[in-house]
Amino acid sequence: MKYSAFSIFTNALSGHKNWQPAWRNPDPKPAYDIIIVGGGGHGLATAYYLAKEFELKNIAVLEKGWLGSGNIGRNTTIIRSNYMLPGNNPFYELSMKLWEGLEQDFNFNAMVSQRGVLNLYHTDPQRDAFARRGNAMRIDGVDAELLDRDAVREMYPHFDYDNARFPIRGGLLQRRGGTVRHDAVAWGYARGSDMRGVDIIQNCEVKSIRTEQGRVVGVETSRGFIVCKKLGLAAAGHSSEVAAMAGIKLPIESHVLQAFVSEGLKPFIDGVVTFGAGHFYVSQSDKGGLVFGGDLDGYNSYARRGNLPMVEHVVEAGVAMIPALSRIRLLRSWGGVMDMSMDGSPIIDKTSVQGIYLNAGWCYGGFKATPASGFCFAHLIAKDEPQHTATAYRLDRFRRGYMLDEKGQGATPNLH
Amino acid sequence: MLIPCPHCGIRPVEEFTFLGDAKPQRPQSNDPATMDQWFDYVYLRDNPRGLFDEYVHHSGGCRSWMVVTRNTETHEIKACVPARDYKKKQS
Amino acid sequence: MSGFRLPNGGLIDRNQPISFTFDGKKYYGFKGDTLASALIANGIHLMGRSFKYHRPRGVITAGAAEPNALVELRSGGRKEANTRATMVELYEGLEANSQNRWPSLNFDVGATNSLGAAFFVAGFYYKTFMWPKSFWEKVYEPIIRKVAGLGTASKEADPDNYEKAYAHCDLLVIGSGPAGLMAALAGARGGARVIMADEQFTLGGSLLFEREEIDGKGGLDWAQRVIAELAVMPNVTLMPRTTVFGWYDGNVFGAVERVNDHVAVPPVHEPRQRYWRIFAKKAVLAAGAEERPLVFGGNDVPGVMTASAMRHYANRFGVAAGENPVVFTNNAYAKRTVGKVLDVSERKIVNVTGGKRVTGIELDDHSHVACDAVAMSGGWSPIVNLMCHRGAKPQWSEKITAFVPPNVGEAFVSVGAANGSMLLSEALREGAVAGTLKGKAPNIPSCHDETFVITPFWHVKESMGKAFVDYQNDSTAKDLPLAAREGYEDVELAKRYTTTGMATDQGKLGNVNAIALLAEATGKSMAEVGTTTFRPFYTPVSFGAFAGHSRGHHFQPVRKTPLHEWAEEQGAVFVETGLWMRSSWFPREGEDWLAAATREVLATRNSVGLCDVTTLGKIDIQGEDAGAFLDKLYCNTFSTLAVGKARYGLMLREDGIVMDDGTTSRLAENHFLMTTTTANAAKIMSHIEFCHQALWPDIDVTYASVTEQWAQLAIAGPKARATLNKIIDGAALDDMNTPYLAAREITILDGIEARLFRISFSGEHAYELAVPADNGNTVARALMHAGAEFGITPYGLEALSIMRIEKGHVAGAELNGTTTAGDLGLGKMMSTKKDYIGRMMATREGLHDANRQCVVGIRPVDVKDKLHSGSHLLKRGDAPSMTNDQGYITSVAWSPMLNMWLGLALLSNGRARYGQVVKVFDGLRNIHMFAEICDPMHFDTKNERLHV
Repeated sequence: MKYSAFSIFTNALSGHKNWQPAWRNPDPKPAYDIIIVGGGGHGLATAYYLAKEFELKNIAVLEKGWLGSGNIGRNTTIIRSNYMLPGNNPFYELSMKLWEGLEQDFNFNAMVSQRGVLNLYHTDPQRDAFARRGNAMRIDGVDAELLDRDAVREMYPHFDYDNARFPIRGGLLQRRGGTVRHDAVAWGYARGSDMRGVDIIQNCEVKSIRTEQGRVVGVETSRGFIVCKKLGLAAAGHSSEVAAMAGIKLPIESHVLQAFVSEGLKPFIDGVVTFGAGHFYVSQSDKGGLVFGGDLDGYNSYARRGNLPMVEHVVEAGVAMIPALSRIRLLRSWGGVMDMSMDGSPIIDKTSVQGIYLNAGWCYGGFKATPASGFCFAHLIAKDEPQHTATAYRLDRFRRGYMLDEKGQGATPNLH
Repeated sequence: MLIPCPHCGIRPVEEFTFLGDAKPQRPQSNDPATMDQWFDYVYLRDNPRGLFDEYVHHSGGCRSWMVVTRNTETHEIKACVPARDYKKKQS
Repeated sequence: MSGFRLPNGGLIDRNQPISFTFDGKKYYGFKGDTLASALIANGIHLMGRSFKYHRPRGVITAGAAEPNALVELRSGGRKEANTRATMVELYEGLEANSQNRWPSLNFDVGATNSLGAAFFVAGFYYKTFMWPKSFWEKVYEPIIRKVAGLGTASKEADPDNYEKAYAHCDLLVIGSGPAGLMAALAGARGGARVIMADEQFTLGGSLLFEREEIDGKGGLDWAQRVIAELAVMPNVTLMPRTTVFGWYDGNVFGAVERVNDHVAVPPVHEPRQRYWRIFAKKAVLAAGAEERPLVFGGNDVPGVMTASAMRHYANRFGVAAGENPVVFTNNAYAKRTVGKVLDVSERKIVNVTGGKRVTGIELDDHSHVACDAVAMSGGWSPIVNLMCHRGAKPQWSEKITAFVPPNVGEAFVSVGAANGSMLLSEALREGAVAGTLKGKAPNIPSCHDETFVITPFWHVKESMGKAFVDYQNDSTAKDLPLAAREGYEDVELAKRYTTTGMATDQGKLGNVNAIALLAEATGKSMAEVGTTTFRPFYTPVSFGAFAGHSRGHHFQPVRKTPLHEWAEEQGAVFVETGLWMRSSWFPREGEDWLAAATREVLATRNSVGLCDVTTLGKIDIQGEDAGAFLDKLYCNTFSTLAVGKARYGLMLREDGIVMDDGTTSRLAENHFLMTTTTANAAKIMSHIEFCHQALWPDIDVTYASVTEQWAQLAIAGPKARATLNKIIDGAALDDMNTPYLAAREITILDGIEARLFRISFSGEHAYELAVPADNGNTVARALMHAGAEFGITPYGLEALSIMRIEKGHVAGAELNGTTTAGDLGLGKMMSTKKDYIGRMMATREGLHDANRQCVVGIRPVDVKDKLHSGSHLLKRGDAPSMTNDQGYITSVAWSPMLNMWLGLALLSNGRARYGQVVKVFDGLRNIHMFAEICDPMHFDTKNERLHV
């Protein structure tokens, strides 16, 4: 059933009793050609593109909880393609282009809103680093602008320009960056996959992976054993656990990232802004709440919650950037499990086990990558070849010395 | 979170910095044949959900490096010992 | 006073009238009123408009769970949007305005949304607003954003101060009702350090408004005696106006104290609010329970409120919510409210008439009853939030038809209504037991128990008007079954799809009702449906409270070098480098930074210059194994360094990438002094501590950071030695006693101890002189005096930068965390004879790939062109693309020595390309030019000036 203003109108007349479920709730079949582990943004997007782009059938997504209960259900919703390394930005730009056509593509309003992402800088070295990044974007035809202080002030007059410890000197702006309604992404991909025959099995936890002679045979789950020819792992913060079931050890540590929302307000900030003198970034949702966050707490965690010191750091940085925030109130805080990789960049690759494919290591930047991750992972699974924008995301890059390290922090996951 | 520093007593988490898994041991040999061990040491991690031994630095206190045994799911801390003692025990 | 104020009673002080304004009109209340009680007393029941439908709304509660009566309080930089009128303590001159309405609260154009209600069901926006494609950004979204949100925040800076504090206690009691008071009393009498916190401005909890009997006297009377006893005990801290908002690891609690929210302007030197981190050995949750609304048609018309709210207004504030109220309830407890009682088992309300104020109710027998207020009660929900903040879920209790707290261990327990114990005697007993940490529990006072009987009943199916579940977000009884129908069955999905529980009240009133409706729609039990996740903050906390004093200039500390005073005297312009303020240039009359830096470079290279280099990290390393230890840390060798010499060292990370560089000197057999870059000083210190304590704990070495203990000056130029010779004690410096790379301990100016290093970042014959920090300014002035005859010139970071770039020395821009020693042209420094950090990983093939970008020099082909850091490089004939990208410019400088812009760059296979012309790409600054690749050492290529 197609979603449209007209369908709302006709359904209103019948008291909204005739809406079809957005997705079925099937029992798992005994066997599938392809099983995706993880019903989050990436897993669902992968299933969608496998079905739509590569026209494959007999696919299941296994989700241990409720659909979209992972990081897709609780992130700060930012999309951007302002990475600087050649192995990275073409991938994120692919994602950006997919975002731009997504709603029409999967007939669900994900509220893709490109109101700009502005990264503030406060020192000359920061400006130079942003110039390097901005030019890396421009050289490939991606939009980027380097703004001076006056231009930033015109966009955001209520930031602190006169009383700041680290005065704002300018910023790097990507106008096509912005936000997307995260829940809608999960739901849109879920509905779109289900519509094309993918079985989304909720409350189905993978307990072990069965392999024979170096090849995957199937998965033991809380809802029984399921045979598969190909197994795609998209378990984000729980990747190490799932990969270990196949005897694979990963260059990943799971960390907690806190994020927050304020009470709903009339328009206060138009685009996405990141502070350059402390860990803080903010945007305003279409419901009016300021959605913001900062850095990792710093310790390995699967708890999905953090502690007060980071709350203070984030808020201090926020008030340093926008003094008027002081009177606004934090409404809710939450935390997710981030799969922090050893170079800050993701892994989309085959593994040492035949038939098992890995999509992991997204750190805290997985949301913006959702469409491209799904697309490229589907490509890899369908064709056994990496999509051309994802060729650098090899698992063996660490062994061979081809790290993709945007931040230059090396093999220390919590610094990425 | 409160960490029981063996030198300073129970101190709040903001006084500490975290480095990650303390279990991997730095290989002793520079023989190229041991590259796999070195790669393991630098890059591969168990990343357990549950009990975990991690390097913690009391950077805002006595400047000791310690190993904390903590449950990564509940954040409950079981033990905190100086890193040198942990390493001695390992070998 | 208007007719809603009762003639007597209430805890207000009728001798202290207070004037305030609401929506521009002036009214009067009394001290002890909240804004809400004062408004009702003045006959004002319409206080706000709901989010989606802009329905006229009044208060539902008398406390923190209030979803409707949100106002904008104060004005200017103190304006606070979304403030619950029920929690505002009335003060003289209070200014409040209603929100989310235009043009006025009474006549709100937004109310026309109600007409479209049939279309604006849950999730409607996901199904539309997609066509035409461009309209989302240009039309739909701007409109949606404009009508979104509730209140308007001020964009001015907040003038008030905030404090942060820590507190430690043996017992933290959260809530000061009967259970909390007993717990605090028990703990305090046993000698424990007790903190009792309550979000209200008066302690006493439910005893403030319920007519109870305890110990043969009135409940409030009993409470006041207990509070009086606690108030004089030295081991007790009473904290009214303090909300405990979160429970964290280690039994740490976050709280915010509203120190001065009840006055117009905080007294000078007092904070508006204080944020507390409370470390409690044991905590007791005595927060009580929240009364639930019933879900029936028109349950949101102003004048409909919870039964306990009605009693609260009457008994605590002396305000009648109406003249002839009706009580609609599924439990016996609510029947203590004054009014005509309707039990759900007998009769049900299907609709409430009256738009802006209740005028009557329609019942399921089609009769109509006139009334002007409705007190509703759907049962009680223990306020479990805090106990669920660390991941545990509450349990469903059939007995009281509510979710009760989980068992989270001995350190945090619940008592009384918060524990699901609905009887007063239970509250008193549980509080006493939980609060007794030592010795015997105090005697439990006698009391009269009101029995608690409840019929599980959630919503009136026959409702005619809209029946609200989440008041603020306007989700109705129809939305939950719709969500289930569409597949959003899980409680978390239903929450997100319908936005039930996502407003500023976080579902305090509505969540359990929503769960019940979802259970009904899916055929599951309440326990099976379960609750959504409870998370901080129990009630919203201001940004200001978490920021404390770290605002404006105090956001981070300022680090000044010991030479700051001298630099200021010299007219330095300081620039932030991390937390440091570094002197960057010393402008003379009419000079901009470039003119000043150019002059400083010329003066230094032609004669002598003086620069503050204190900020570079200095680490003192001593011990028998100090040399061996340095061999582990650096990729080159230091154990072979002679005493009295300095050596440039390169430190790698264990992954083989360059981490830092510096000059380390050997002052004695077992005594070294390491320097690091400014940016990495702290990181290297931690690294050293780690390597010793975790990797090689048995070696004999100790170390200390001495960055701040020594003031350090660079004296550079042909006249540097001559200048120094005028201040050093003893023999004049020459090439014998102080050759290039010497490191000596000397004295200067008649006995001031100092360290002298003949090292050079500028490429000139240069020294660095370290003196104990307190002598810094004196020595700097003495050097200026000594060098006056040579025209000695202070130079800053800009000039230093120019000189090092002229000489091709790498610095932070090149040590970017991804470059190897080989990339930097320093591959030969990597020893093959010893183990060191990074040695093995550095051998990986990718780190030796021929296409790697390595450091080269770069100059514009046209000397009139300017170079910019961050520009990228392409082969001459190539079109711009990421695949054609060859590298980028890392550092640039205007060279006074070569009279042109020049710099350093990272270029693919760069060392094989000297002489090649490349295209400079800079789309950001619209630059089109060509440049030539060359050796990084642009000037004095044979390093002759070092030995002048």
